[in-house]
Amino acid sequence: MSTVVKDTHHDEHPSGIMRWLTTTNHKDIGSLYLWFALIMFFIGGLMALVIRSELFQPGLQFVDPQFFNSMTTMHALVMIFGVVMPAFTGLANWMIPIMIGGPDMALPRMNNYSFWIMPFAFSMLLSTLFMDGGAPAGGWTLYPPLSLQTGDAFPFLIFAIHFMGLSSIMGAINIVATILNMRAPGMTLMKMPLFVWTWLITAFLLIAVMPVLAGGVTMLLTDKFFGTSFFNAAGGGDPVMFQHIFWFFGHPEVYILILPSFGVVSAIIPTFARKPLFGYSSMVYATASIAFLSFIVWAHHMFTVGMPLAGEVFFMLATMLIAVPTGVKVFNWVTTMWRGAMTFETPMLFAIGFIVMFTIGGFSGLMLAITPADFQYHDTYFVVAHFHYVLVPGSIFAIMAAVYFWLPKWTGNMYPETLGKVHFWLSTFFVNLTFFPMHFVGLAGMPRRIPDYSLQFADYNMIASFGAFGFGFAQLIFVYLIVKTIRGGEKATDEVWEGAEGLEWTLSSPPPYHSFNTPPVIK
Amino acid sequence: MNFLNLKKLSLLIALGLLSLPAHAGWLDLNMPKGVTDISNEVYGLHMLILYICIVIGVLVFGAMFWSILKHRKSRGVTPATFHESTKLEFLWTIVPFAILIGMAVPATKTLIKMYDTSDAEIHIKITGYQWLWQYEYLNTDVSFYSKLSTPYKEIYNQKEKNINYLQEVDRKLVLPINKKIRFLLTSNDVLHAWWVPDLALKKDAIPGFINEMAVVIKEPGVYRGRCAELCGRHHGFMPIVIEAVEQDQYDQWLANGGKVESTDLASTEK
Repeated sequence: MSTVVKDTHHDEHPSGIMRWLTTTNHKDIGSLYLWFALIMFFIGGLMALVIRSELFQPGLQFVDPQFFNSMTTMHALVMIFGVVMPAFTGLANWMIPIMIGGPDMALPRMNNYSFWIMPFAFSMLLSTLFMDGGAPAGGWTLYPPLSLQTGDAFPFLIFAIHFMGLSSIMGAINIVATILNMRAPGMTLMKMPLFVWTWLITAFLLIAVMPVLAGGVTMLLTDKFFGTSFFNAAGGGDPVMFQHIFWFFGHPEVYILILPSFGVVSAIIPTFARKPLFGYSSMVYATASIAFLSFIVWAHHMFTVGMPLAGEVFFMLATMLIAVPTGVKVFNWVTTMWRGAMTFETPMLFAIGFIVMFTIGGFSGLMLAITPADFQYHDTYFVVAHFHYVLVPGSIFAIMAAVYFWLPKWTGNMYPETLGKVHFWLSTFFVNLTFFPMHFVGLAGMPRRIPDYSLQFADYNMIASFGAFGFGFAQLIFVYLIVKTIRGGEKATDEVWEGAEGLEWTLSSPPPYHSFNTPPVIK
Repeated sequence: MNFLNLKKLSLLIALGLLSLPAHAGWLDLNMPKGVTDISNEVYGLHMLILYICIVIGVLVFGAMFWSILKHRKSRGVTPATFHESTKLEFLWTIVPFAILIGMAVPATKTLIKMYDTSDAEIHIKITGYQWLWQYEYLNTDVSFYSKLSTPYKEIYNQKEKNINYLQEVDRKLVLPINKKIRFLLTSNDVLHAWWVPDLALKKDAIPGFINEMAVVIKEPGVYRGRCAELCGRHHGFMPIVIEAVEQDQYDQWLANGGKVESTDLASTEK
């Protein structure tokens, strides 16, 4: 049996568009996911800028309040399902087979399907912007009865969510199958890089909760078109029931959006500190604990719906508990840095930025857990500030850190370091300028999802709008930098980073189209 | 000459900065203490957890920045190789746990008080509509709708905005001070949430359900709030304005069938 012949046969693939449409290669599909996320990042970002333009000053200047509500709704759906989730799936596709020493994903054909569902789902979702009655404007949480007031867009919204869910479930099954079956001999579970571990746990969360969302939105669909009354009080239904179903999906979902970034940061910090990760096994257990807790805290999103006292106390205590494993992670990262020999290349800067600003988001999260105080914070800009801190300088920064970290490996070229650092510092400055003042207006009484506000909120809103535009324009550097690095640049070595550990750095830069056809030897 | 100009310039800048908070927005950056015992307790909890977070933040970020300054390759350090310490890991699991318990106890106590709606003397039913509020004083004939009174010209920037822009209504909710008032909250269409920060009251108005909450207002005054749950196109345009007055003024107002608009005896504008 000649492996050489086999390899040549497999290396042949159609060229042009057919290569990408028919590909079953984990590296190609990883790239597709990442490009898709990048395009969506700018679409969702434009929506954010519409929001910030309208909120630049009190009064209605640019858009109708209904369109404003569409923008907040669509911005959230695009950023969550179209940016953060596909970007992490793209990273998983690229890195997981390589990190565990496997040849490809376990289910390559399904991998192709799970990506190509996404463009259809999002064409459907974005097409609602041009429909009678406008795009969905009831918030991404789709609370009935308001979401049932959506016009022609409604079934398109529901089916788009179904397709996104389908794609995520297929992707998640693939990742679980890959990690459990494709590891090189000797790559035991407790030797896997944390990125693989966090994704394994994330994939189980996805498989558990995406069907719950699908069920919930299907009930909305039948309530609207087939006369059922799942959530209609007049027909014996319960509007609050939807919120319970939604957040039973929604809370694990927010960990789906953050757990893989823990894995990315746990890969980057030891590399640039030139020191092994502190507390590897406690990191694994902490991730698993966070995943478990995510299933029993959902109603902290609904403290004001009028739950019984015992319910409020239970969900407050369970929520506060999350601070323990999350704290363990942050302490471990800081201790990994402690007495290392650090250098501060762009991936390290983004990773450190992640730790600091994610922790700030964690602090406001802890504050939000305190039920009596949450009555004041709930549905205000304080909440907006909180989740943007964990999602933008949290998840998005981790994704950017990962791109800078692995881009030399993927392309074989080094990115321009100085420009990368400029990108980091501009992003960090503007992200704080945008979101930090939101804490203030939220505490002072500004509700979220409003197109206009009373005068005492004007100053900080103006600052936030400046910051948002700055952040948006700073991301053009990111695109320029990626395109430039793909086209050429200083050649990267196989190891790329001085302190790099892991199987991906044993491959050439860029890696061959098919890697680890014969499993590597694990020490 | 140049120097003098610089001095003038800095004076101008200083004056400019001083004149910026024309509507005091720069100082509105914390939760209001409010005017009830419970709102003060909530404020206390908020500050307590904020200080705890700040202390932890200073310690963690302090260690981190120290490390960033000292433990860098450019200083020629050789990296240590330690990667676990059961003692340390045990410690930073247990200590946060203890802090959380210390936080949960007062929070639960306040929560129990907030849930106590017994022995109220006045009962008011609040109904949310797209996009206004209805107030019904139960066991009386007084019942009215309350909606935004800001003129459209101000919203569409054709007229200068008044100081209470978007937080003024045609009929205020008049309440007596030092009396326990119980609110029954529901909705006629979609979800709304009735929120007045100074009273630390926020609860969802849900069609088909009745939520309740109670308050004792300690100081007379005008307190302004907003709808806090997305309810459609005019969600940002359904404010709440409460006028808290002395008992005799309230009785008089009620005896007039709630018809006399705005007693205007409020001492403080909140």
